[in-house]
Amino acid sequence: MAKAPARASAAPKKTASTPTPANNREQPRDPVPYDATPAELEKFYREMLLIRRFEEKAGQLYGLGLIGGFCHLYIGQEAVAVGLQSALDGDKDSVITGYRDHGHMLAYGIDPKVIMAELTGRAAGISRGKGGSMHMFSVEHKFYGGHGIVGAQVSLGTGLAFAHKYRGDGGVAMSYFGDGASNQGQVYESFNMAELWKLPIIFVIENNQYAMGTSVNRSSAEDQLYRRGESFRIPGMQVDGMDVLAVRGAAEAALEWVRAGKGPVLMELKTYRYRGHSMSDPAKYRSREEVQAVRDKSDAIEHLKKLMTDAGIGEDKFKDIDKEIRAIVAESADFAESAPEPELHELYTDVLVEQY
Amino acid sequence: MAIELKMPALSPTMEEGTLAKWLVKEGDTVKSGDILAEIETDKATMEFEAIDEGTIGQILIAEGTDNVKVGTVIATITGEGEDAAPTPAPAPTAEAPKADAPKDEAPRKAESGTEQLIVKAKAAVADPAIPEGTAMVRLTVREALRDAMAEEMRADDRVFVMGEEVAEYQGAYKVTQGLLDEFGARRVIDTPITEYGFAGLGTGAAMGGLRPVIEFMTFNFAMQAIDHIVNSAAKTNYMSGGQMRCPIVFRGPNGAASRVGAQHSQNYAPWYASVPGLIVIAPYDAADAKGLLKAAIRTEDPVVFLENELLYGRSFDVPDLPDHVLPIGQARIMRPGKDVTVVSYSIGVGLALEAAEQLAGEGIDAEVIDLRTLRPLDTATVLASLKKTNHLVVVEEGWPTCSIASELAMVAMEHGFDDLDAPVTRVCNEDVPLPYAANLEKAALVDVQRVVAAVKAVRNRG
Repeated sequence: MAKAPARASAAPKKTASTPTPANNREQPRDPVPYDATPAELEKFYREMLLIRRFEEKAGQLYGLGLIGGFCHLYIGQEAVAVGLQSALDGDKDSVITGYRDHGHMLAYGIDPKVIMAELTGRAAGISRGKGGSMHMFSVEHKFYGGHGIVGAQVSLGTGLAFAHKYRGDGGVAMSYFGDGASNQGQVYESFNMAELWKLPIIFVIENNQYAMGTSVNRSSAEDQLYRRGESFRIPGMQVDGMDVLAVRGAAEAALEWVRAGKGPVLMELKTYRYRGHSMSDPAKYRSREEVQAVRDKSDAIEHLKKLMTDAGIGEDKFKDIDKEIRAIVAESADFAESAPEPELHELYTDVLVEQY
Repeated sequence: MAIELKMPALSPTMEEGTLAKWLVKEGDTVKSGDILAEIETDKATMEFEAIDEGTIGQILIAEGTDNVKVGTVIATITGEGEDAAPTPAPAPTAEAPKADAPKDEAPRKAESGTEQLIVKAKAAVADPAIPEGTAMVRLTVREALRDAMAEEMRADDRVFVMGEEVAEYQGAYKVTQGLLDEFGARRVIDTPITEYGFAGLGTGAAMGGLRPVIEFMTFNFAMQAIDHIVNSAAKTNYMSGGQMRCPIVFRGPNGAASRVGAQHSQNYAPWYASVPGLIVIAPYDAADAKGLLKAAIRTEDPVVFLENELLYGRSFDVPDLPDHVLPIGQARIMRPGKDVTVVSYSIGVGLALEAAEQLAGEGIDAEVIDLRTLRPLDTATVLASLKKTNHLVVVEEGWPTCSIASELAMVAMEHGFDDLDAPVTRVCNEDVPLPYAANLEKAALVDVQRVVAAVKAVRNRG
């Protein structure tokens, strides 16, 4: 196994691991927590807080009937999207995910106003109101959705990786999916082709422990999901998805491997969603105490706040940040409530690109 | 008694072939498994193996002979202890009747109901999209499709071909023959047998800026992948408010093939044609196959391109133009007429044309329309013809329920009701899974006589 490179800091706590290989094949190096600058810590904190406050507001707007249909909140999982995407090269790498997609878009710095306006189905929404919560895209940011069919984004993401390799543009595709999607057949079809053709892709399992209401243990014969690539020779990593620095550190180890042309990596991010699967989830499959325990002991934002406090950031600073974020979210909600709905003629636009 | 070696049928549709090379000579001793000869079909060169042991008696068909019918005796083998030389040469024909043969009611060779789908009919008038005086070359549909892909791949590096057996095997039906040699393994890619996965991969590659041509060995297997065709490819542009395009072609053979049973014999045209966001094309002849496949590869929209295995080996005139591209969404009048409009697509067009010829002999002048594109449907051409003939018959090699025929009947109701002198009639396959038995297969599939009868019935209504 490759050794972790020497770091200036003291021997870091190991918060991510690669499995002990069943053979002597080369593996990605052991990840180490990211050594963030104070400015980076603050940036992560702002982004994670923005996701949390945005999602809380989306939950409120849903309750008021302003957001319809399905709405899957990312609360609890913020460190995953922020940690991983901060490691990507925004100019050439691409990202794709499933329907729990608000957080990934915010982590890319996409304007919260156009995301919230999409949730309320307004013309100013990023999909002009025609996609909704589950179907949002930003080709400009190389964010390819926003897909509503569980597991589809894994094959599609493999195609994005294929395109990177075909063009030789040096880009890496990152395909997020959940513990539920990890049981879909097409995920394994994609694993096979990705490793066979050494495609530049990071498969990210956001293991939030529940596929709707079915826990991983009740749905998965192999519940250590980072091992799901082994029979395809895809190296796996299990990462503490509640620790943004662990996530970022693991992403760097994975990216090194993939950018070196060694093929895909499978990352399992252990995380937890505080809210229901969607807004209509009665949450009978787990206790309040279980959720509260995670919130109290493992919350990603509180964890980062503690690191920053230890580094000397005062409470006033956090209050200022919180105020700023609340203002941004309030503005996005006002915008999303007041922006007009799409014109009726938009019903017929964008079905096809060309005229026949 | 000498054993007769007969020209083998090496595919369900093979009727004749070329005896390319003998690998044995008269007097050679052979045993089971020895390769006796190489035989070329329209798809490939195949090795012909001995099944019996013995000595090659006589070689009756010289190597290099073309158009040797399946069943023709090509050589004899004598068993051990038999004299090879004096065996009288059997007549070298497939159907040599034996006077003393016991009368047998059962069919001697494996016939297929699909034989009734294969007619020699061609368009009676030129395609107005092709400039007058254009020189023509004779190409099979298979070659036309291959040329279309090759031309587009030469013109645009973003175009690649992916599917099962498209590269080293040269295509399960030889449609991609030669592409690997010209374009290499980067652009002609053999996949594992994993339709859902590679359809999704192709769709993602299209979203990422490439122009994939995804071959399904047949569209029956695309059922595994239909989620990506419908949910991922067709809806993306709309769901993204026009931001994210998906220029991809899903292509392969569709519809009934010979004696392959229910799971390998289905027409998916109505399925895909019902989906907003898709373009669906189903050409009949080689010129349309080429011109429309090129258009399909170029368009910004996702295309389902439905070919037909039974047509792959058929030859047609194809315009000898450097860039023969046809417009998507335009039907073509294949035969002008004034008494009745017969509309079809894909292999059904041949049946319609053949029926029109027969009807002409009985004084009924049928106009035949090839839809070519099923979505968007060129209803204007159909309705203009209906206005002229006042009678509409739809011919479709596929099930009747919720078919393209059903759709056209509704189009006529909504927009051509006052032009109808009789109810719209459809001639479709029987509403059953396609059976294997030859007689049942024949009964299940459309044929020319059913079209003729339907037209006469419609004419008699008014």
